[in-house]
Formats: sequence, structure tokens, C-alpha cells
Amino acid sequence: MEIISQHTKQIMEECKSRARDAGLSFSDDTLEYIVTNQDMIELSPKGMIPTLYDYWINDLEVIKSKKEYELYPHNAYETVINSRPAISFYNDNNPDWLNVMIFYHVIAHIDFMQNNMFFKNTWNDDFVGQALADKRLISNFRTKYGRWVDYVIEFTRGIDNITGYFNTLSPLHTKDRKKIKKIDYYFDIFLQIEKQVKMPVYLKELENYNAILAKGKKNTDALFLTEIKSKYPEFESCYHKYIKKVHEKPSDIIQYLMQNSEFINKEENKWMKSVMEIVRNTTLYFDPQRRTKTLNEGWATYWHNYLFIRDNRIKGHEADFAKLNAFVAAIPVVGYNPYAIGYSLLEYIEEETNKGKLTFDFENILKRDIRKTYNKHTGKGQEQLFKIRKNHCDFTFINSFINQDFVDRYKLVTVGERINQVRMTKEYYIKSKNYKDYKKYIIKHFIHPPHITVDKEKTADGVLYLKHHYEHKQLIPEFIDNTMIGIEYLWGGEVKLETHLIVGGKPQKIIYTAKDRKITQNAG
Amino acid sequence: MKKYDTKIKEKTVSNVELKSHHGSSLKHSIFAALPKVESNTHYYHSIKTLDELLERDNQREKDGFRRKINIGKIIKPSKGGKNKVVVVPTTTEDKFYHDDRVTEESDEDKSGDTGQTTGTAEGEEGDVIGEAPIKKEGQGEGAGGGSGDGEEHEVLSNAYDLGKVLTEQFKLPNLKEKGNKKSLTKYKYELTDKNRGSGQLLDKKKTIKQLLKTNIALDRFKQGEKLDLNKFIINNNDFIYRTLSRERDFEAQAVVFFLRDYSGSMYGKPTELICSQHLMIFSWLIYQYKNQVESRFILHDTDAKEVKSFNQYYNSNIAGGTRVLSSFELVKKIIDEENLAKDYNIYIFYGGDGDDWDTETEKFNAVLKDIIPATNRLGISIIRSTFSKNKSKFEEYLEENNHLNEDNIRLDVIDQDADGNRLIEGIKKLVSEEKSGIGTE
Repeated sequence: MEIISQHTKQIMEECKSRARDAGLSFSDDTLEYIVTNQDMIELSPKGMIPTLYDYWINDLEVIKSKKEYELYPHNAYETVINSRPAISFYNDNNPDWLNVMIFYHVIAHIDFMQNNMFFKNTWNDDFVGQALADKRLISNFRTKYGRWVDYVIEFTRGIDNITGYFNTLSPLHTKDRKKIKKIDYYFDIFLQIEKQVKMPVYLKELENYNAILAKGKKNTDALFLTEIKSKYPEFESCYHKYIKKVHEKPSDIIQYLMQNSEFINKEENKWMKSVMEIVRNTTLYFDPQRRTKTLNEGWATYWHNYLFIRDNRIKGHEADFAKLNAFVAAIPVVGYNPYAIGYSLLEYIEEETNKGKLTFDFENILKRDIRKTYNKHTGKGQEQLFKIRKNHCDFTFINSFINQDFVDRYKLVTVGERINQVRMTKEYYIKSKNYKDYKKYIIKHFIHPPHITVDKEKTADGVLYLKHHYEHKQLIPEFIDNTMIGIEYLWGGEVKLETHLIVGGKPQKIIYTAKDRKITQNAG
Repeated sequence: MKKYDTKIKEKTVSNVELKSHHGSSLKHSIFAALPKVESNTHYYHSIKTLDELLERDNQREKDGFRRKINIGKIIKPSKGGKNKVVVVPTTTEDKFYHDDRVTEESDEDKSGDTGQTTGTAEGEEGDVIGEAPIKKEGQGEGAGGGSGDGEEHEVLSNAYDLGKVLTEQFKLPNLKEKGNKKSLTKYKYELTDKNRGSGQLLDKKKTIKQLLKTNIALDRFKQGEKLDLNKFIINNNDFIYRTLSRERDFEAQAVVFFLRDYSGSMYGKPTELICSQHLMIFSWLIYQYKNQVESRFILHDTDAKEVKSFNQYYNSNIAGGTRVLSSFELVKKIIDEENLAKDYNIYIFYGGDGDDWDTETEKFNAVLKDIIPATNRLGISIIRSTFSKNKSKFEEYLEENNHLNEDNIRLDVIDQDADGNRLIEGIKKLVSEEKSGIGTE
């Protein structure tokens, strides 16, 4: 792995300044490395971050990918990671014009990752440096505790896709709520919701309060409180309970285990907490990327298009570019290409916004000929794209913006497969041209981790009770066993999981129990 | 430009590896033979070899957890039926994931679709926009004798790896009786070398030829002339002798016959299962005998024929009716003609659906009577179709004639929807020492 040449670096710097002129914003320093395809294979399981901790499943993946490469050699043009400074990897021996295109693509990725809200939890840390420290720590543990470190990593990874990503993200976007005052609590919540007193009683209390207030003394609240306490002795504890409930920071399963597992909190096992913390942080770092793949690629494709065409350094290579771009960003006849759909949708939104069409006013117009020729020349298309880049993830992007117009314009369809017995072939046919079906199909394939939380009330007597909040999708049954055995190990006791399985098209409640490394099931 | 300090890391990691292997050297002589993952990058130098990973997997069971490493194959289909097969280790990371295969669906989706995706196309709903052939069993027979040595070698080395994994992971029994037909390398003394001037045995024909040559060159003899040996100049150098020389004889210790039914009734899953099972047995045997297995491949429908390579065996087309006897007759013929029983351990593995048209009991008994004493093991795999719960004709024949009581015959009946693990269980049964009875799963 080596740094790119001076000459190539200069190309990159020039690209950066042109990108900035066009409105992209990103931090100044970037690093570019040349890597071989074999390097890529070795680094892929680590998300291209060389300093990530070593893990045996990655080794297996590398062995497999190398063999696969023998059969199906492939080439990735670029990879960029969300670090400070942003690091990107390239092939050797690209012609200059190709590098210009790739650099624009990479710069747009960097801009996206540094401006999109879903990445906010990654902005302030030096992940690559932190990962190195983590890696050393884990290596150190391996010398002391041997293979048990890898077991802990494995079992924590088993529950790392259901971490509290949004729990971590929200506080970064909102200010801390102030604690509600006791008097306000009394009137707004205690009387109306907890005690559900009738109107006349409520009004009487208000009168009482106002009477004390009218006396003009300073300690109105304190006096009133004493009165409350004589009427409702449980007031104080209710108040504190309410505060705790509202202000409690939600925690995911990993955090819960770290805090409450007797097994892990034993003196000799405390090192496990560090390992779990590392695994959890690593996942949280990669989470935003998993949720914004289509938008990220669409954004990068849009900009490498836009900037490349306006770059005078590419003179003479327009045809080469066109060929490559068509290959990358083409909508396949059968299949899903995130580059293509992301880019097409952004292009569509820009055009429609320029015409003033993605507005409430336009939606109200029903006459087809007016709709067709409607054009307000707002010029706000690209501005809108910048807003999207800031605020959306894949799901909100696709869900909000795909409409029938878009699907019609690009002739997008859902495709069905069936066997033709007569011709002994597999046939692909147009299943639906409706945008709702199309949208539904794409969204189905976005990441959707199940919502599983610790049920604190039912967790008692050393039994950890997990609840899967059923969203009309069942869990993959084959994976449940091993995952639960892992949780059992970390918890140090029996674990139960309440979930639903779809049997004969209908959901049925079912409870899995992991005890002594065995799994049993009961109907719920 | 920060380059991370890699020296410290190297020390730590190698310490780890030593300790976890309890001080034993990483390069066991047994493991040395296997291909390693070469890595010359210094930031990722702790890639374990396949063995180390397998050892770890073994350890899991002792620790009370389930094993995780499985075998997978990646097949690259290519024209002429010469598919490239690569054996890979695989595993999955178990997590709580949503399962998209099952939905709470209404009846609208029961249109017999096999799948769904997105795309772009002109046309109306229901229009066909593309077609692809269903995965065929074989694209015609493999042309010629396979595609040359290179590919065979590749398959063989992959098969060795696969065999190793199978033996270790699935604890397939080591074959006994590498027997009295031993000696991995035998030395033969043969009179094959030619030597001019001296030796043990005079090769008369060649000597005369040589003499003629010399004399023609010396103009002492012209074509058409009457041969008068007295006129010849005879010198010592022209005498050609044969000398005794020591030749190394790499003798295969075993010959394995793979027989399979490739008739019409075997289309689809049954052929896949038999081929997979035979592939695994083949690989395992290569590992056991360290490349000194000679394998013979026989395909049969109503007639039997031998094919040269595993590739051909695997990929050959589906043909006509079924006559199991034909394959055994061919086996007997080969054993007799080449006198294999004397020098080799013989193993026969038959795979099919047993759907014989007419069993010809008497003839079959006669053939088997000759074959059975000569072989170490005859393993029969029958694929039972999910529809018929009846025994196939072949199975009935075996039962009625008491063949299953023989010591060296094993029968394994496999259901059509069996998976890889079931096949491996079947192999265990086919090669095991104990007779565990006739199983149907």
C-alpha cells in the first residue's frame, strides 16, 4: 500500500478546489493510497480499515474471497472510508482522465459522509486511530485470555446489528430536556393522568394555588407543596418515578449486559466489558453507511457526472468517460443498481424542483396538459439536492420521492420470475408498473434490523427476558439458536426471547429459552 | 502522512499464536503440505491458515459451542460442460435478522412465482422481457479427455483440501487395510534401457537394424542387393543390449470405481445428490491415500461406459433407460482384464435411484459373486424420491438375495431433499466398520 504519486496528488487537489467551487464542502486533508486487488480482498472484511481488530471470521472470508477471485476476478475502482482525514484507495496505473472521474466520485462521497445527519455520531472521533488502540487492546487480551476473547467478540457481534444506533444519534440532535417542575407535574400530569380527578376537583386545586399566590408571599410553591403532600402522601415518589422514566437514557442489549450481567461484572471477567464496548462502537461507526448506500452512491454519481463534464482537463476523453459511466450507472433490465437508481432519482428531483413541480401547489393541479407543461423555472434544483444530502437516509429518500412520474419516466418495473414448462426456461416478465409496488420492493431490501429490547419488568430471578417488537416480519429461525447461546454465555444465566413466527401466513407468538446451551421453544 | 507502527503489533501477535498452541510449532509437518494463504502485507499478517481455523472449530465443540465452519463449493459454469469447481470454507455470522422468505401474505402472491426483482423495460404488465435456461444437468458430455492436465490438477488439489476438511471435521473413519498391497513406492527391475556395446541381453532385432544402418552409410550395402552378411563390417558399437535398471514404480494402493446411473429418471436433484456425494468420497479418498488412488468412472443407463475424468463423470448428459447390471458387468470386465484384484484394494461406490427395468437376478448374482470377494467395500447409495415410499427394484433385489448381509456391502437410502450434512452422514455409513443397518432418512 503506497501513497499516490505527486502528479496524481496534484490532480486530486485540483479536483477538490473545483468541487468546492461547485458547492461541496469537506475538510481539507485527504489521503490517497494505491492498493492491489489482493489488498482489497484482505481489507474488505474489515471495512477497508487496516487498523480494525483481527477476527477469525474475517480470515475465513479472506480465504474464500481469494479462491473466488480465481474464478471471478473483479476490480473495484475506488473505496473511501469515513475517517479523519478521509482515506481512499485506488488501483494502480489508471490514466489521468479516469483518475479525474474517480476523484470527483470520491470527493462527493467524502462530502456526503461529512454532511449527512445520519453520520453525526462519527464526526468527532478519529475512528481509525481509535481502532488501532482497540486492536492492540484486543491483541493484548488474547495473550492473557486466549480464545475466550474471540468467543466474546463472536457473541457480541451476534447482537451488534440491534444496537441503539438511533439512541446514540438523537441526543446529538436535540438539546437536553429540562426536568419538569413539581408544581407543573402536579397540575399537568399527576392530577389529570395519574389520579384522573374530575374537573371540579381540578379547578378547586387551581383555586387553592391562586389563593396562596394572591397572598403575595415568596414561598408559594413550598406552601402549596406541603398541602399536596398531606393530601397525596405518594406524590414525591410518583414524581421521582416519572422523572426517571422520562429522562432515562435508553440502552441496547449490549449496554444492558455490560451493566447488569453478573457474569461479566465478576472481577476476573471485567475485561470482557472493554471488548464488548469495542465491538459496539465499531458497529455504530459503520451503521450510517449501511443505511445510506443508495443515496451515497447516487450522490457521488451525480457529482462525478456534473463536475467531470465541466472539467477542461478531460478534453478528448469524453467518449471514454461516457462508456464507463454508462456501464456504472445503467439501470439493469433485471436487477437493482444502487448507483443507477440513486442517481436517476436525484436527477429527477433536480429537474422537477427546477420546474417547481415537487410542491403542494402543483399536486393540486389535476389537468394533465397543464401538468405536462408546467415549468416555473425556479432554479432551486441543486439547492434541494443539498438539502436531501443533509437530511435523508436511503429509506426516507426512496419513500418520499419515488412517485408514478419517476417510475414512468425511467420505465421502472417490478419483474417476476416463473418457469416455462414448455420451453424449459426461466421467464422474466413485467409484474407491475405501479410505483407503490416498485417502492415497496426496493424498501424491502434496505437494512431493517429487528427491534429487540430488554423487558425490564419480566427480567427477574436471573432470567433475561428479551422482547422482539413484532413488525410483521419474523426472525430467521436458523440463526436464533446460536445467537441466543451467545447471549446466554454473556448473561451467565437463562435467557428468554419473545417473538412471533409466521405459520401458515399468520403470526404466532413463541418464546425461545436458552438454558445450559440448549434451546427450547414454547408457544407464547 | 502517518504510517502506523507495525513492529509492535507483529511481536504481540506471534506471541499470541505460540501461546494458544501451547508452545507447539506452527508449522506441523502434516500441515506443511497444504497451501497457505500468502500475505506479504504487514498490516494483515495474522491470517490463519485453513488448518488453524479448523483446529479452532474443533475446540468449539470441546468448549460446548456448535461448530461453525462448513464446506462450500463455488462453481463457475462454462461451455462444453467443463465447470470449474473451487472448494471454499464458509461460515455465517448468526444474528437476529428479519426473515424475508416468509411473509404474512394474502392470496395474491400465490401465482407460482419463483422469485421477484426490479428492472426496467418497455411494455405492459405480463410481457416477457427475458429468458434464461434452467440450470441444466450437463451441457453435453465433456469433450475429449477433459481439458488437459492443468484443470485436472486444480480439481485434484482442491479435492485434497476438501478431503482433509471432511476427514477432520466430520470424522470420517480412516480406511483400514492400506493392507498387504503396500509399498507406496515400489522398485521394479526392468530390462528397458538400451545400451550400446554391452549389457545383459542382446536385442537382436535392433542390432541388425543398427548394423544395416552403419553399413548403408559406409556404402557396403545397397538397397535391392542381396544380403550378404559376410560383406558387412561388424563393430561392437552396433550391438544393442538391454540392461537391467531399477525403475521406481508408483503403485496406486487402491482403485475406486464410481458408478452412477445417468438415465432419464435421474434428472435433477437425484443426479445432483449422487454427484455431490461421490465428489466428497473422491476427495476424501485422495486425502486418505495421499494422491495414490486410481479412480475409474463408469456411467450407465441401459449400457455402461467408462469415462476418463471426474469432470466428465460429473457433467455427462442424461440419457435413456436403466439397467444397473450393465455397470457391474463392466466393473467385472475391467477387474478381470487388468487383473486388479491381485495388486489393489478395490472399492466400488454406486449411486442411483435403483429404478431398474428388469433386474435379471441370476445374471446379477453371478457377477456379484465374482466381484464381492475381490472388493474391500461396495457402497450403494439410493436416492428415494419423495413420492414413492416403496423400495426401488434394486433394493428389493439386494434384500431378496441376501446381499446386504455381506460384510463388505453397505446401503444408504437418501431422501430427495437431503442436504450436504445428510450426504456426509451417508458417507460415514458407507465406509464404516460396523453395519448400522439399512437407514432411510
